Amino acid sequence: MNALRLIVLLAVTFMVGTAQAQESECDDERGCVLIGPDEPVTIGYMLVTSGAIAFLGEDSLGGIELALDARGNELLGREIELLGEDSLCTPEGGQTAAENLVADEQVLGVIGTSCSSAAVAALPIISRAGYVMISPSNTTPGLTEEKRDIGGVWQPGYFRTSQNDLLLGEVTAQFAIEELGARTLATIHDGSVYAENLQRVMAERFVESGGELLYAGSINVGDTDMTAILTDIAAEPPDILYFPIFEPEGSFIAAQIRSIAGLEETQLMSAGGLMVASFPFNSGEGALGMLLSGPAVAGDDYRAFLADWVEKYGSSPPGSYHAHAFDATNILLDAIEAIAVENSNGDVLIGRGRLLDAITATSGFDGITGSLQCSPTGDCATGEAIGVFEIGENEVNEGHWPPGLIWTPATGALVEDM
Amino acid sequence: MTQTRTVSRNKLFGIPLPAGHTGVDLIISALRIIIVALIIIGAGNTLLEGRFTFEQWLALLFAGLAQGSIYALIALGYTLVYGILRMINFAHGDVFMAGAFTTVFLANSFRQSGFLDSQPLLAILILMGFAALVSMTVAVLLERIAYRPLRNAPRLVPLITAIGASFFIQYTFRGLFGSGFKAYPTVAFLRGTFSVGSINVPIAQLFVFVSAIVLMICLYWLVERTRIGKAMRSVSEDKEVATLMGVNIDLIIVFTFAIGGALAGAAGVINGLFRPQGVNFFMGFFPGIKAFTAAVLGGIGNIPGAMLGGMFLGVIEAIGPNLVLNGLGIPSANQLKDVIAFTMLVLVLIFRPQGILGERLSAEKA
Repeated sequence: MNALRLIVLLAVTFMVGTAQAQESECDDERGCVLIGPDEPVTIGYMLVTSGAIAFLGEDSLGGIELALDARGNELLGREIELLGEDSLCTPEGGQTAAENLVADEQVLGVIGTSCSSAAVAALPIISRAGYVMISPSNTTPGLTEEKRDIGGVWQPGYFRTSQNDLLLGEVTAQFAIEELGARTLATIHDGSVYAENLQRVMAERFVESGGELLYAGSINVGDTDMTAILTDIAAEPPDILYFPIFEPEGSFIAAQIRSIAGLEETQLMSAGGLMVASFPFNSGEGALGMLLSGPAVAGDDYRAFLADWVEKYGSSPPGSYHAHAFDATNILLDAIEAIAVENSNGDVLIGRGRLLDAITATSGFDGITGSLQCSPTGDCATGEAIGVFEIGENEVNEGHWPPGLIWTPATGALVEDM
Repeated sequence: MTQTRTVSRNKLFGIPLPAGHTGVDLIISALRIIIVALIIIGAGNTLLEGRFTFEQWLALLFAGLAQGSIYALIALGYTLVYGILRMINFAHGDVFMAGAFTTVFLANSFRQSGFLDSQPLLAILILMGFAALVSMTVAVLLERIAYRPLRNAPRLVPLITAIGASFFIQYTFRGLFGSGFKAYPTVAFLRGTFSVGSINVPIAQLFVFVSAIVLMICLYWLVERTRIGKAMRSVSEDKEVATLMGVNIDLIIVFTFAIGGALAGAAGVINGLFRPQGVNFFMGFFPGIKAFTAAVLGGIGNIPGAMLGGMFLGVIEAIGPNLVLNGLGIPSANQLKDVIAFTMLVLVLIFRPQGILGERLSAEKA
């Protein structure tokens, strides 16, 4: 009994001693992570990996895994360990996922969440613990807005590589008015925070630029019959029908619209949620000529990425934020590499505050979603990285992806690709 | 022995009610009047406003009938199992998904090989047969593994098990085929429209409607005119007496699940020809709920009731938002499509608690 007490006492003394030793080395106010010579570099993800939109999380997870593969799964001469949590697409899910990840002191940063609703709940936990999170697919404006009175929820430690809806809505409206010469608009959302915000911003900018909003309606996730809402819209046919929603509802709209009298001349437009190879292929001829505005993910780097994806997973990515997850992971890993300090005994010390500063300082990052530069409140995607794509025969019939980029705000119309 | 019954008059807010009426009766009557009045006002406004043409209403009606046929086919699975076992098989929507999801790969290979375009009817029959087989297998396994061991357990136990089984089937298929979306190929001869005068009906909708009716007639014949159908009816009436008469109850229950599963699988392919997109592991969830609603609407346990309930629900969903909600000036009417559907369910149930064609269940059955 006495021997046992002695052992416990010794163990406690030793633990307190090492903890003090660590603290004396760490001068970072957000805390530090000490990685031993044989320990892995640990990062985490919180993505939606179950339920109806599991494809969104799986899509981003693939991007993370390919980014790790590209480095041979090694950083600072150590193996990279990836911990995962299912953050669902709800505040509860985000909260649980964040609590679980911050419980592990070795986790340096987190990729996620998939949904803005989960991010709003996860962010205070991540931020309070001194961690950083980089979302590949949150687009709600409030997440990178500091002012609480206009709905801002930003806290230090939050970043995203996906576009803020304010930016995307503005560019989309500008394109519709100036390039297409559109005057009237109808919008459809699916009740999600994402779609509702994006269509609202786009419609507001469209009206500010002199256009007219004829119809703003919504459907439910899970609806398959779109004839009722399309018939309603056809009573006053608009120049543009904007529906920034996801598969499969987006496919149902594109496929069913051709059978509705009155909407033959209406130009269909959508956003990042439908920028996925299966959308035009599944929708068939209805998607022909449809325009998608979103991240200008194109070019040789992206094609190489897609080839790697097909090689690793056997089919094309199921969603549209894999490239953002790839870039988010690289920003995180680059920043870790840049600020890591190696001690004489082979340990690596990483200050969480310095990591946050290093990510905030990201500038001119050459990602596959364009050139990224993080704002002080974590918006890393810039307006330059937005483009408009047109779906053509190849995408509809052959499952070819990505479609031709026809316009970007920086360069205007790209005639050679049209 | 005679009992004298004193008629005591109930009161609501201190006002005596007519003899034999309770406060609940009055509230239900008020609810009936309010809902019916709202529907009449909404529909009246929309029709007077003239936002939609007659042809547009007809187009919505036909789309609703086609969608309703699919609900009806799935609803039959709920109602058959309920009729025999008095249990709600909440995993039935996923049985539908199993057939539809598995067959989408076969359908796309038929398209690539050109078989679908050269022999469309034969190809569709093969697809339906294959989907029926897959769904039937899943349904029979479900009964054998998840429900049979619990047959004598309290009623809530198989109900919760069904919900668990539903998740199990969903994530098994996600593991098999991934979480992305697939689509059925479009069949050339289903693309056109069938015209009578100024009325155009898409052939795909007609095809869905006719195939569903044919399948339902076959089922009705099976249940009402064959030996095994008679055995099914006897088990539904009273299990113990049926056993005494030499009916093999286990066999009949397995057969019931198999028939329900086969219908759901066939519905999966029919649905794919009508609404090709959106095939993934979660696709059974909403149709499952809608079909269950349809079964209750029609009178659960009653086969023609499930058919009628499905059609009714499909049509209400298609026409309701534009007809009633638009007229009441409610914004985003289409997002409230389910509200309309469930209001109709409430409306039917406050007029006829047993459903449109349901019989009042005897104490033994209930």
